[in-house]
This record gives sequence, C-alpha cells and structure tokens, in this order.
Amino acid sequence: MSAPVAPPSNVADRDRTRSGKPLLLGLVLLVLVVLGVAIAVRNEPVTTSHYLMLSMLLFMIGVGGVLMRRNALVLFMCVELMLNAVNLAFVTFARMHGSMDGQVIVLFVMIVAAAEVAIGLAIIVAIFRRRLSANVDEMSLLRW
Amino acid sequence: MTLFVVFGALALGAALGMVFSRNSVHGALLLVVNLGAIAGLFLTLEAEFLFVAQIIVYAGAIMVLFLFVIMLLGVDRSEPLMEPRPLQRRQLTFAVLIAIPLIAGLSATFAIPALTASPGALPENFGSPEALGQKLFRDYLLPFEVTALLLLVAAIGILLLARRRSER
Repeated sequence: MSAPVAPPSNVADRDRTRSGKPLLLGLVLLVLVVLGVAIAVRNEPVTTSHYLMLSMLLFMIGVGGVLMRRNALVLFMCVELMLNAVNLAFVTFARMHGSMDGQVIVLFVMIVAAAEVAIGLAIIVAIFRRRLSANVDEMSLLRW
Repeated sequence: MTLFVVFGALALGAALGMVFSRNSVHGALLLVVNLGAIAGLFLTLEAEFLFVAQIIVYAGAIMVLFLFVIMLLGVDRSEPLMEPRPLQRRQLTFAVLIAIPLIAGLSATFAIPALTASPGALPENFGSPEALGQKLFRDYLLPFEVTALLLLVAAIGILLLARRRSER
C-alpha cells in the first residue's frame, strides 16, 4: 500500500493537478457542433417560441443553481441569471408586439437588480465579517 | 437563426458552467460571458439601447462589484470542497415537478401560430434610446421616479450596512 496522497489543500491546487486537455478538446468539439447546427438551420425562421424556450432553460439553470449551491455569492449570481432570463422573455415579447413597453420594463428590472446586488453584497460582507463564512447553511439564526 | 443558435448556445453553456464551477471567480467570469451572450440576443431582437445598457450595467458594473466582493472576501479558500453538492431527493422531486410542466408547456407554444409567426413591421426607431426615452418619460414617469427613490434607499442602506461598528 502506498502512502495516502494528501488531498489538495485548496481549489486552485486541485485545478492545477487536473489536465486541461480533455476539457479543451471537448470545448473545440462543442464549438464545432454549435457552428454546424447554426449553419444547418440558418434559413429557418427564428420565432418567439425559440427565444421563450431559451429563456426558460436559462431560468431553470438559475433555479437549479440556487438549489444546489451553498456559497451566498454564487447564489446571487444565479439570481442574476434568472433575472436575465426574464429580461430576455420581456424583450422577446416587446419584439413580437412591436411595442417598447417590454423594453422599458427590462430597464426597470436592471435598476432593481443593481440595487438588489448592491444591498445583497453589503449584507454578505457584513455577515462574513462576523462569521468568516459565506455559506448559507451556516446562516440559520432566523430559523425557528 | 445562426446568431440565435450561437448566442443561445453560448448563454446556456456559460450558465451551466457557472452553476457547476467550483471556483467562484470562474463562475463570475462565466456569468460575464452569459450576460454578453444575452446582450447579443438583445441585439438580434432589435433592442439596441438595451444591448448597450446590458453590457454597461451588468457586465460592467454589477459583475465588477461581484468580482470585487469575491476578491475581498477570498471565499475560495473557505469554500467547502463538496460544492456544488448533489440535489437531495426532495429537491430533485421539486425540480422535476417544476421542469416537466414548464418544458411541456413551452414546447406546446411551438404549435401556437401567434408565437411562431414572423413579427409584423416594426415602428420607426424601434429599440432606439429615443423611443425608449419617450416611453419612459411619458407613460412610465411615476415608476421611473420610484426607481430613483429605490436607488437612494439602496445607497443609504449600503452605507448603514457597511459601517463598521467598532465602538462597544
């Protein structure tokens, strides 16, 4: 039995030990596939439904992120992702109806998102100062 | 369609990468890519002003704030290695219960003629700053003022939250 290998001390070390080659190859393949699909369907009309589907998928990825992650900063990024997905749906409907109202709402969503992020990050910094952690599982003071 | 597929794949890939990346700095950078791709989609939807606003406000301001806080806290050091942890059974059930009707319902929209028809002729200067400003300051003046108040409240709140209570 060989001596147990010490676990990598942090994320950066572990990332460095992992070879980047399969990842790069996968990325190149993915880009080729996407470009191929893009060229193959270039004459199809892109419709409201396509954008709505994309928007919903982005929203669902955001929800999944909120459910799976425990780092408060990442949770906030997932919330941003969901807000953006909704923005995309708004812009899509604005385009469909030829009306600017949807785009105005998107502007408002952006403003609210900016305020929310600023306040949220301030709260995270305040909590981090006190508890030295950004893990939401440890923020259970309000739980009864 | 080409632009839609390229930007859409970019947005989806970056979003997935963000959720599953263990390093929050990588997550933030992937979110920048995602926001940029969505900005590109705005451009394909003829929302020029929102394209610019998206890049300046989101990719510029909000993401810099995120990266700043990530660097400030140095959360990567303390982040548990099991992240992202797998879904629990209850969460998984919940997720599937939400996902199935959503996907089914939105797939059904491909059968609705109004949603798949090519949109009609657009009004003059659709999506331009001018059109947006006209709409904003005529029909949405009160909400606009309320957002100004909201930003003021947010700024005051941040000052209160960020103040270090060293006395005591």
